Amino acid sequence: MLDLSKYQSIAAALKDALDQFADETCLIEADREREKERLTYRDFNQRALLLAKALQDAGFRAGDRAAIIMTNQSKWLISAYAILYCGGVMVPLDYKLTPDEQWQLLSHSNATFLVTEYPIWRHLAASHRRASAIQVKTVLATEAPPNAALDGAQRWEDFQRRGEPAFVARNRTDVASIVYSSGTGGRPKGCMTTHENYLEQGHAITQVIAFDPGIRYLSILPTNHVVDFMMGFLLPFTSGATVVHLRTLRPEFVRDAFARYKIAYMMLVPLILKNLKKGMEANFAALPKGKRTALNALIQINRALTRDRPRVWLSRRLLGQVHRAFGGELRAFGVGSAFTEPATIQFFLDLGIPVANAYGLTEAGTAVSVNDPRTPRADTVGKPLPGTEVRIVNPDSDGIGELAVRGKTVMAGYLDDPELTAETIVDGWLMTGDLGRFDATGHLQLFGRKKNMIVTEEAKNIYPEDIETVFEGLPVKEFCVFAANYIWPRRSMAGEQLVLVLRLEQGQTLTDELRLDISARNNRLLNYKRVHGIVLFNEDFPRTASLKIKRNILAERLAQLDRASAVLPL
Amino acid sequence: MRTIDQTTQEVLNLASKHFQVPANSLAPDDDFFKKLGIDSLQALELLSRLENHFGIELPDYEVQGVSDFRTLASRIQSRL
Repeated sequence: MLDLSKYQSIAAALKDALDQFADETCLIEADREREKERLTYRDFNQRALLLAKALQDAGFRAGDRAAIIMTNQSKWLISAYAILYCGGVMVPLDYKLTPDEQWQLLSHSNATFLVTEYPIWRHLAASHRRASAIQVKTVLATEAPPNAALDGAQRWEDFQRRGEPAFVARNRTDVASIVYSSGTGGRPKGCMTTHENYLEQGHAITQVIAFDPGIRYLSILPTNHVVDFMMGFLLPFTSGATVVHLRTLRPEFVRDAFARYKIAYMMLVPLILKNLKKGMEANFAALPKGKRTALNALIQINRALTRDRPRVWLSRRLLGQVHRAFGGELRAFGVGSAFTEPATIQFFLDLGIPVANAYGLTEAGTAVSVNDPRTPRADTVGKPLPGTEVRIVNPDSDGIGELAVRGKTVMAGYLDDPELTAETIVDGWLMTGDLGRFDATGHLQLFGRKKNMIVTEEAKNIYPEDIETVFEGLPVKEFCVFAANYIWPRRSMAGEQLVLVLRLEQGQTLTDELRLDISARNNRLLNYKRVHGIVLFNEDFPRTASLKIKRNILAERLAQLDRASAVLPL
Repeated sequence: MRTIDQTTQEVLNLASKHFQVPANSLAPDDDFFKKLGIDSLQALELLSRLENHFGIELPDYEVQGVSDFRTLASRIQSRL
């Protein structure tokens, strides 16, 4: 493992790693049961330098921005390294956004280069929003079929030049990437993440989770997310470890990959962890009665013997069949980015599979606190990482208050939004909007949210303001979208939902026709962004002089309503 | 060769069987997330069932953003 604290930039660290671990395997790419590619660090370096040289010859300079919209695959990481090698700034975007949303963020980021996959480019090229991002001069599309219409893009595979590209040094305070934590529709939140943010975060995480050559990481969270960029690229690569990419993320192929590739670590979101649990429970339930009884007894024994800390070697012996299904090399799952039910984590702990529950947000690099896989606790999100300070602001009588974070992993600010930056980073402290407290052992526990947003089990941040555009023109007097827990705070982060608040016209009622209109509009949103209920409010919304809704005051008034009866199912 | 209507009907039948909802309660333009009350992973399970049934492979990008049976059936049809 390289000592990331000694480097000035991500590219400088990766450059050394590519030399040091040249003969190790860095990437395996599989599609279903077929292995498509296996690259050594040397192969990776050669491909990236051909691209870096072509980028430089095409006029890509230090500080220029290049967006990446791709699924997890080798060309994502090769492109990222080439961009960083040239001193560029990465703009990783979510490939699951709609083309219109992607163009909006491309425009906001001011990216001049775009690297994407041909199937994604087909949709992007057909979008009428393309005209809104005229600064995107060069588009590279991977894997285009031989006779494909490229619509102005160039083939990634042909965009290469021989010769030595110049390595462009960067300082720690330079921006390495602009990562959007949300913000389609309303107000894009482009987190300017510096080289120092990444390097310090990486340095801190490796004090809890160890990567080495031979260790394999299964990368299924999207690489545009800071978590996968860290855990599925920067850390394994600077340790000589191997990253496994799957082109098909169907649950059965993900399960199969554990055994096939002897995976040691995987980061996932709560939804996937729950799904794994569900699948295993179904398998257990299908066992003949005798075997099931024996298995339950072994789980009880394992639980008793690993109560104070995991003993993975022992659990592998006691529950061999369960562990073999995961390849027998699994060291830990990491879960975070959204709230995870303690019972789900405990299920795996009882089987002897450590789950490191973590808490983080894009604005703070990757992780703020992580459970040590050697001593995991299902009911907490662990202790703050070394170098990260967490303060509870205005704690109530139970010690619960807003979490504020300070340290070298906190972003430089939001791109082109000094006002929002000033609201979010106050006197050097990042105000997270999340509510929590420390327990007696210094572990952090989460209790809800102070801000008007939700995070889904798939770890998608949803800001209600951002989805209101779909309801524009709705035949009502006024409407507004809220996170239900923002109106009616709960001491829980489970089951967060959005509600549509309606102020009807005088004499108007909530007819079936209006409901259908709302449903039809709602269905235009991606499924995880949809509202789940309607709240009728019989007063005009409070507004500012410039007619903006005073959301906090409206929320206070709505809070007077009884939640159970006020939220009508959609 | 199936017609698109046949394919759509087979998609609906398979979805109703897999998620145990009455066949006549599903319509081609229904949003399957909402109608079946499923999450994105369950939708992926449905896709695997459909692939086996039709004997095709649907790359993930082909079904990205698809949420109604009719569009899903048309993506399947194009690979038959």
